Amino acid sequence: MMSTSPLMELTDIYKSFGNVNALKGVSISINRGECHCLLGDNGAGKSTLIKIMSGVHQPTAGQVNINGKPTVLQGPREAIDSGIATVYQDLALIPLMSVSRNFWLGRELTKKIGPITVMDFEKCNSILMSEMEKIGIQLRDPNQSIGTLSGGERQTVAIARAVFFGAEILILDEPTSALGVYQTSNVLKTVEKVREKGVAVVFISHNVSHALAVGDKFTVLSRGETLGTALAGEINYEELQFMMSGNKELSALKNSK
Amino acid sequence: MSINIKNISHIRAYFKNAMLRPDLGAIVGVMLVFLFFFLVAHDTGMFSLEGSMNWGIVSSQFIIIAVGACLLMIAGEFDLSVGSMIGFSGIVIAVTSIVWGWPVWLSILTAFAVAMSIGALIGYITVKTNLPSFIVSLAFLYILRGLTIFVAIASTKKTIIGGINEFSQNDWLAPIFGGKIFSGLFEWLAEQGWIQTFVAGTKAGQPVVSGIPAMMVWALGLIIFGHFLLTKTRFGNWIYASGGDAQAARHIGVPVNKVKILMFVFTAFCATVFATTQVIEFGSASADRGILKEFEAIISVVIGGALLTGGYGSVIGAALGAIIFGVVQQGLFFIGVESSLFRVFLGVLLLLAVILNTHVRKLITGSK
Repeated sequence: MMSTSPLMELTDIYKSFGNVNALKGVSISINRGECHCLLGDNGAGKSTLIKIMSGVHQPTAGQVNINGKPTVLQGPREAIDSGIATVYQDLALIPLMSVSRNFWLGRELTKKIGPITVMDFEKCNSILMSEMEKIGIQLRDPNQSIGTLSGGERQTVAIARAVFFGAEILILDEPTSALGVYQTSNVLKTVEKVREKGVAVVFISHNVSHALAVGDKFTVLSRGETLGTALAGEINYEELQFMMSGNKELSALKNSK
Repeated sequence: MSINIKNISHIRAYFKNAMLRPDLGAIVGVMLVFLFFFLVAHDTGMFSLEGSMNWGIVSSQFIIIAVGACLLMIAGEFDLSVGSMIGFSGIVIAVTSIVWGWPVWLSILTAFAVAMSIGALIGYITVKTNLPSFIVSLAFLYILRGLTIFVAIASTKKTIIGGINEFSQNDWLAPIFGGKIFSGLFEWLAEQGWIQTFVAGTKAGQPVVSGIPAMMVWALGLIIFGHFLLTKTRFGNWIYASGGDAQAARHIGVPVNKVKILMFVFTAFCATVFATTQVIEFGSASADRGILKEFEAIISVVIGGALLTGGYGSVIGAALGAIIFGVVQQGLFFIGVESSLFRVFLGVLLLLAVILNTHVRKLITGSK
């Protein structure tokens, strides 16, 4: 029903910092309306990979295709313009500012009063309130500060903002790692909603159960290499955990219990 | 029952929001200060037209530099060179007009151009080196003060350059900084016998207060401009963001460096307004003018509820902080309290304000 070529395709990506090889031949493809989970232990190369996808780093070798065209993303701004939005764990929003000011930051709606251009708060606030309602956040007031929201709500606002401003690929960096159970389930619901809109979601996590709850595809990274990609239903919790943990530690713990 | 609970939570939310206004402390502070002096000093003439002009002018001076310091602090930076910049701009006007014989309007415009360029340089160095602006501007506190004294002495062998009045009287630009407005209105009020007039001397019959000084108009104008810029425009949104979390703001595409540099330029502009109004009013420039003004500006801003760490604050609050500053300083004079005690009061007030602001910050960010 949709075009078959992937939205974004990374082939044989190498990235080294000095003599440290962070990525050693990683390939991954991202499709529309699909939640692709990127799993891996700390230091597996997840962060490096998403930084390449969001234009922060450039690969040492390998090819990046966006919409089938070979592309070199020179910076975050270029990635954003190509429809790739990244929601970082703690860098997404400014806690002292209101929800509305945060949501519109950098893309403020304006109107003219005589010769002077001012922010159109009425329009900003009314669009914000309807967007928040759609995504399931009960805002008391568009002017309440981001700091009054829970961690899960902040993630949700950041996701809603990225999608509202036309993200086609949404990269979520450990969106649930700092959250409690209830907030995690809310964020996962948001991911589900966004995916249904046709947005491609790249979900980075080291929590297998969170990934299994929303993922369509699972790619496991280990020591800078992909251990393979599996579809939902083809793989279970134990197998993913087993792959992530480098085939031993956790399972060994389990057996000893 | 459920409606009641809802109402209570609404009321609570309303109060919580009011608590989070950055300028709430300053509003309460201004009311307390006026109440206090009204009770203690109402018979000293402090609240007569003439007395009000006295503390009004002092407050206006504080406001002019506080507005610039406020926007800069919200953008996440400090400028400790404000006081030196005041001395520097004044000497630039005096040297170019008196020694070099330039028309006063050209001297004033030159002072603005030079000061604002130095402001831009301070900002540029700060954002490029990523050093704390505290240190960069401290360097300029010394550089500018030293240059000011050097230039004054090298060109006139004095640190005070006088006689600007003769040149500024028929100038078209000088009255904007040193004139008075509504003089006609005050004369009329005096003729009606509604305001005090001089009873003897060469000015007999003329009103004691002959108009609103330009300095007050500048103060009011800067408050309106600063408040409007900060709260109503998209640039204001970027000021908040640059100070709130520069990295997050950059991620979203806000030109953080440009915002910060422009705020340094604006601070220098405010310092030059202050310097020019003083030069035109006194008819002289002095190389030691403006000493400690940077701290007085920062204190006004902090009393006004801004966070030292940036991202939060209010121009109205800073103006109210400046008024507290001016009213207390002059009020103590009216009631005959030893003026050195003013500094004690100021220190205590600053401490209280910072503790209160830190508490408010915790309420907003929900952090511990």
